Amino acid sequence: METATITNNVKSEEYFINMGPQHPATHGVLRLLLTIDGEIIKKVEPDLGYIHRSIEKMCERDSYQQIVHLTDRMDYLSSHINNEAVCLAVENALQLEVPERVKVIRTIIDELTRISSHTLWWGVMGMDVGALTSYFYGFRDRELINDIFEETCGARLTMNYNTPGGLRNDIHPNFVKRVKEFIAHFKTKLPEYDKLLTGNIIFKKRTKGVGVLSKEDAIAFGASGPVARGSGYSCDVRKYHPYSALDKVTFNEALHTEGDSYARYLVRIQEMWESISIIEQLIDIIPEGNFKVATDAVIKLPKGEYYQKVETARGELGVFIISTGTKNPYRMKFRSPGLSNLSLLNHITVGGKIGDLVATMATIDIVVPDIDR
Amino acid sequence: MYSSLIITNNVYSWGLSWLPAAMTSIPKMIMIALAYLTLFAVLGLFLVLMERKVAAWFQLRIGPNRVGFFGMFQTIADALKLLSKELTGTDKADKFLYNLAPYFLIISSLMALAVFPFSQNLQAFDINIGIFFLIAISSIGVIGVLLGGWSSNNKFALIGAMRSGVQTISYELSVGLSLLTMVLLTGSLQLSEIIEVQKNGWLIVQGHIPAVIAFMIFMISGTAETNRAPFDMVEAESELGAGFHTEYSGMKFAYFFLAEFINMFIIAAIGATVFFGGWLSPFGITDSIPWLGVFWFLLKTFVLVFLMMWFRWTFPRLRVDQLLTLEWKYLLPINLVNIVLMAIIVWLNFTIQF
Amino acid sequence: MTNEELKELVTTWFSGPESAHLEFTEEGSQFLNISIDPDYLHELMSWLKTAQQTRFDYLFCLTGVDWGKELGVVYHLESTIHRHILVVKVQTSDREDPVFDSVQDIWPTANFHEREVFDLFGIKFKGHPNLKRLFMPEDWKGFPLRKDYEDEVNMVVK
Repeated sequence: METATITNNVKSEEYFINMGPQHPATHGVLRLLLTIDGEIIKKVEPDLGYIHRSIEKMCERDSYQQIVHLTDRMDYLSSHINNEAVCLAVENALQLEVPERVKVIRTIIDELTRISSHTLWWGVMGMDVGALTSYFYGFRDRELINDIFEETCGARLTMNYNTPGGLRNDIHPNFVKRVKEFIAHFKTKLPEYDKLLTGNIIFKKRTKGVGVLSKEDAIAFGASGPVARGSGYSCDVRKYHPYSALDKVTFNEALHTEGDSYARYLVRIQEMWESISIIEQLIDIIPEGNFKVATDAVIKLPKGEYYQKVETARGELGVFIISTGTKNPYRMKFRSPGLSNLSLLNHITVGGKIGDLVATMATIDIVVPDIDR
Repeated sequence: MYSSLIITNNVYSWGLSWLPAAMTSIPKMIMIALAYLTLFAVLGLFLVLMERKVAAWFQLRIGPNRVGFFGMFQTIADALKLLSKELTGTDKADKFLYNLAPYFLIISSLMALAVFPFSQNLQAFDINIGIFFLIAISSIGVIGVLLGGWSSNNKFALIGAMRSGVQTISYELSVGLSLLTMVLLTGSLQLSEIIEVQKNGWLIVQGHIPAVIAFMIFMISGTAETNRAPFDMVEAESELGAGFHTEYSGMKFAYFFLAEFINMFIIAAIGATVFFGGWLSPFGITDSIPWLGVFWFLLKTFVLVFLMMWFRWTFPRLRVDQLLTLEWKYLLPINLVNIVLMAIIVWLNFTIQF
Repeated sequence: MTNEELKELVTTWFSGPESAHLEFTEEGSQFLNISIDPDYLHELMSWLKTAQQTRFDYLFCLTGVDWGKELGVVYHLESTIHRHILVVKVQTSDREDPVFDSVQDIWPTANFHEREVFDLFGIKFKGHPNLKRLFMPEDWKGFPLRKDYEDEVNMVVK
């Protein structure tokens, strides 16, 4: 879209607007500098760093068990999966074989975390486009999952349940029963949510054709997770580099090709169904055994470089450890899915309207502490 | 012509006894004005509480229940809090217009409230161009919005005011045309006449198909006219700022806020009067007791208010350009065709009369 | 492609592998690591992206490392078509003014990641359109993730 001259020397000007850092629609402390011309967006520039806590520097002085605790706070909505990433990297480096029981429990709690994150995303998505009631419905179901976590792991959000070698404690005796009850309840709720938002014509008009991302752009910008799968790029880490008990289960990868906000929305809804299916396959076959393998009190990784990929609710999280054989890592890098997903915001929202920006940001679903680390 | 209850007539004749004739109408007018101001305040209080309770019910929670029985005094507590807030203002704002803007909205709402028939003979201002007067008054409200946004000297407020103004002006057309459809059935613009005609059956039943279409268009346009969801992009919290009332605080903000709720009530009241028979009871069961007319009128109005609140808490928002497309490309043509349809039905006497 | 084939293919792209300081190693890592001289970085990256047998079109991790005496960058590349992974490393011993070529024109995702490396290590990237700090405020002095970074106020050293 051109800015300036229309006819008769009538010129329209661009001006700056600041969105954030405190803003109901930016999912965290993110500041966006918008250059707009009337209602059309010309440029979007994110300004990050409001919640930078130098986690990578702290990792260089902490032991590996302490590092697990730090990763909770990166993408706090999939904190269990973050913990698992570090533990898997350490266990693979030490060539440690964890018991089957641990693997199955880790996968079940992974998928519960994914459902919890997507339910919150659904609620916030509705709220961002204006259907204010969906926020409450989403949080209500998330509460049930939080209760399960509280009983087993001891905390609702930053669970810190994983440790290199296994889990901190065994699961609570009620765990299996409560998860089954939750799954039965949730399977009746998802179709209700579908009817409320997915089929609503106003919602479709707000999200179809908005924020279109082509497959080549998704790959070029390093998108991962539902953002990339909504554009047709098949990249589920659970399929291509399986970890924990994922090789025991069968599930489909949610893939849509249109690349607009509605496609990304549908991908996440379908992912919730797939997570339910994975939990159902695993919940009855938790093997007996130890919940932990003994490791040294002070863990030292052999000299070398180790990379572990996992699929969080946001996308592909990577943990890159460079170790020189001491008890702290020499360099620990977290490849955050949010940073790559955010970098394509400017590309897909330019030329659209401000209302479209809000809808697109809701479907990209970033959590800013994940980006800022 | 005035037609009011016996009370004011008594005051009038009592005043005649010791005041010159020209001045006796003044106490009467003051009494009526005070009654309406009280009604405005009480209605506002009640509607805000109702909105919060209805919202809570949809969202599976309880809503205000601490202040007074069932949360009754919550709004009064909020009003007291707003009264005690500092009236901030910006340096560069145009002081006169900035202070004047809320009053436009309040005055237009009060004037609109004045023409409604609450029961037989209980109406402040029964003018023979009733409906036309109502539509004209609602256009004055737009001035308040635009003035508020302009005089705040704030980019966001100005954008919000512009959007809101465009929206209101566009949807006034649809409101007017859908009401015009019903006037074809009654043959008169006077509100008490319209209710008289409905003694043969409510207008929405008399006009069957075109009346139902007109009612749907009226509800949609009425919701858009008052800037309520799903058409509240202007003052949405997830968007930029708070719309045209960003720079207002304290009592002035309370004026804008109350005016929005009263406008909602007015739209619902028009709907109840024109489509559902106003203060008439269904099948005429209690028409002999005039006081119950107030009860029926309020019941019908509050059902329509509940409907508007239901819209707000269920649907997502429309984008501004989608909103305007809806009006100009869809509602307006449907409206025009509907008028022709209604005209044909009236001419061929296909209306349903009881 | 297997690591052997990759090694052969990459060697054929450079007429004099010694001048490019091309080194391959697989120990201490799950993937094949290629080290290269900074001057030939952009050329190698373009080859890796466009060559039919390799087609590394997904840059999924760009890490800055302070190796003690040198500063370096580690690139993790993946191909969405052949699904193989490769690691490319560059380093420079110039700690005052380290400069590498930007790969932002090959993979647009590098835009933000290179800004992060500049912010935390001070490594500049030639050809980057907008090389500003990403996390720290614009006027921050020093590069926090370097090993010789000192900050008495904010750092807690055990």
